[in-house]
Amino acid sequence: MTDTTIAGPDRPFIRTEMLTPQPPPTAVSGFAGWARQNLFSGPMNALLTLVCAALAVYLLWVFIDFLLLRAVWTGTNREACIAPGVGACWPFITNRFGQLLYGFYPADEHWRPATVFFVAVALIVPLLTPSAPYKKANALLFFVAFPIFAFVMLHGGYFGLRTVETRAWGGLLVTLVVATTGIVASLPLGILLALGRRSKLPLIKFVSIAFIEFWRGVPLITVLFFATYMLPLFLPSGWTIDGLLRALVGVALFSAAYMAEVVRGGLQAIPKGQYEGAMAMGLRYWPMMLLIVLPQALKLVIPGIVNTFIGLFKDTTLVAIVSIFDFLGIIRAAFADPNWATPMTVYTGFAFAGIVYFVFCYGMSRYSRFVEERLDTGHKR
Amino acid sequence: MAITHEGPAPAEPVRSRSSILNDARFRGLVAQAVVAAIVVFAIGMMVWNAQTNLANQRIASGFGFLNQTAGFGINQTMVEYNETSTYGRALLVAVINTLMVAGVGIVFATILGFLVGVGRLSKNWMVRQVCTAYVEVTRNLPLLFHILFWYLAVLAAMPAARNSYSLFGEIYINNRGIYIPRFVFGEGSGVGLIAFAIAVVGVIVLKKWATARRNATGQQFPVFWTSVGLLIGLPLIALLAVGFPVTIDHPVLKGFNFSGGSRLLPEFAALVIALSIYTGGFIAEIVRAGIKAVNYGQSEAAASLGLKSGLATRLVVIPQALRVMIPPLTSQYLNLTKNSSLAAFVGYPELVQVFAGTTLNQTGQAIEIIAITMGIYLVISLVTSAFMNWYNQRVALIER
Repeated sequence: MTDTTIAGPDRPFIRTEMLTPQPPPTAVSGFAGWARQNLFSGPMNALLTLVCAALAVYLLWVFIDFLLLRAVWTGTNREACIAPGVGACWPFITNRFGQLLYGFYPADEHWRPATVFFVAVALIVPLLTPSAPYKKANALLFFVAFPIFAFVMLHGGYFGLRTVETRAWGGLLVTLVVATTGIVASLPLGILLALGRRSKLPLIKFVSIAFIEFWRGVPLITVLFFATYMLPLFLPSGWTIDGLLRALVGVALFSAAYMAEVVRGGLQAIPKGQYEGAMAMGLRYWPMMLLIVLPQALKLVIPGIVNTFIGLFKDTTLVAIVSIFDFLGIIRAAFADPNWATPMTVYTGFAFAGIVYFVFCYGMSRYSRFVEERLDTGHKR
Repeated sequence: MAITHEGPAPAEPVRSRSSILNDARFRGLVAQAVVAAIVVFAIGMMVWNAQTNLANQRIASGFGFLNQTAGFGINQTMVEYNETSTYGRALLVAVINTLMVAGVGIVFATILGFLVGVGRLSKNWMVRQVCTAYVEVTRNLPLLFHILFWYLAVLAAMPAARNSYSLFGEIYINNRGIYIPRFVFGEGSGVGLIAFAIAVVGVIVLKKWATARRNATGQQFPVFWTSVGLLIGLPLIALLAVGFPVTIDHPVLKGFNFSGGSRLLPEFAALVIALSIYTGGFIAEIVRAGIKAVNYGQSEAAASLGLKSGLATRLVVIPQALRVMIPPLTSQYLNLTKNSSLAAFVGYPELVQVFAGTTLNQTGQAIEIIAITMGIYLVISLVTSAFMNWYNQRVALIER
């Protein structure tokens, strides 16, 4: 290139080469830019960011400090955790771990609830995995065969198994038994009620609505009181039912009403054409419902069913009001143990209970969100 | 070309040749008859069994016990009550306590839920994360866990009366509860109440006038601040005019405990805190979903009309979001009211604790007592739903 190409007074400036690209200003790119736009876009916003960050860091530090850094890990009684300034007293949990899981179930029979638990997991995981095969057989096993198996294993009295009264059950075992029974029993009842509520037959519709609205209108605690104190009076004299079974009846009736509303949502979401198509094929009511409508409707409401289960899982804590020691109830009962009376016992118990409940419920809610996203076929408004 | 049927008309109406068993109406009638029979049989069995069982166990029946002396005390009473009052009176006290805890809980849960729900939609990443964490943690723990945590781990761990935490030297928190100053309305305070009523009427008239003027001339009038001024100022002026007969009763430490002021039971405080925090998480999700359900075009249209962002949110987005939010919000309010029955676990004297607990133990009349308890919750539920349905219809979209 020579000097003649440079713009003189007689010729316009013409650029002949490209400028080398420059990096974008740091103010709008990279972490600094992101932080500037998202965290510090104004004085008010910056203040909010700082307050929230301080809160988050403080809470995180309190938890880590209490649960891990200052925690006591070994010991056999309260002496281990009595020192001032210690954090979580984990030996309080580990020493009564069996009790927290199984309540007062005899220690040499702990393998029985453990087996039931593993069988349940082995059946549920493929049932909830969309790609796993043999759904029908799997569902049949879980909803029909498993409850019988679980009852025989847990209660005993058959096949040479020692009978363990339900009074001895407790801890996480009772929590899971109540929640699972509630769902397994309430699903068929809820489907019937939902169909009844959408029925054209006025009497069936009225009975279903009355049943659903009654149970949805009262708190679970009163239902448990009803099942414990009132139900025995309604049975022929001489019949006695087990305390846990009473609570289970109450929970099943209560959750059936909620399940019915979930299933109704699914039934309403099925386009009318599906009903009309089925009728045009000459199907009667039950074949139409069982073969065409319910399979589609139930698939739609899996997230709703899981959410109901989460609610029920949390609500099982209420059975403590009728002297059944569920997981939270048994932890609360353990606070009264003089062997472990330390200032940190209560906090340790709540920390452990909170972690367990959170892991269960958060896991299930993630699953329900996953199914929701899978079912979402993109037909958005 | 019209098609015409020829030939003689059928002599008699066509009759279905299929069996009556295939007739839909007949089958419907049979199904209903079966259900009716089952229901009648079940109810009949229950009544018959209950009568025999009660007779065998020699338990009295009927509602006469409501007039008997209860003989137990209740440590939070809004109306006159003592050990010699009747069970009916105890029931009234219990219902009022239930409504109080539910009412206060609903107010706090709504405030908390709206703040967190809006925070989850904030542009600020940090605020969003903190609000999300709040929602996930509160919703995934049982309510009873929240209540027991606040009652046993937080409020029971407060210091004794001597070392109370103090806020502004007026509010004291210790392991016996929360002590707050109380207003004592002396002779002549009724004037303030009358002035307040006048102020309320004034605000309604002002609002009507301001709307009419805006519609006619387009001029805005600061209704909100004027109303606040009226509602606070008018009663204040009226009270000052009669020599301000209102005194404040401060809580004061005397010996081992506080006297004066009002005391909030720790049970009440734990319950309100736990219910608000738990339900707040659910309301936050409802608020978030409601705001997200409003089409973004609405905000853009509001902006292109020249509305500022705050005004657009208040006048365009929120009214439409409310429409989506009201049905689920109603069921959350009802849940909170029903969940207040968990008070029985910490011994706050509400319906379940006083009536289904103490009264049931003393009288043994399970059927009547549990029926009354369930009936009261049902009435509360139905009245709330009816009110919210009415409100829902008022704000509902009027379509062609």
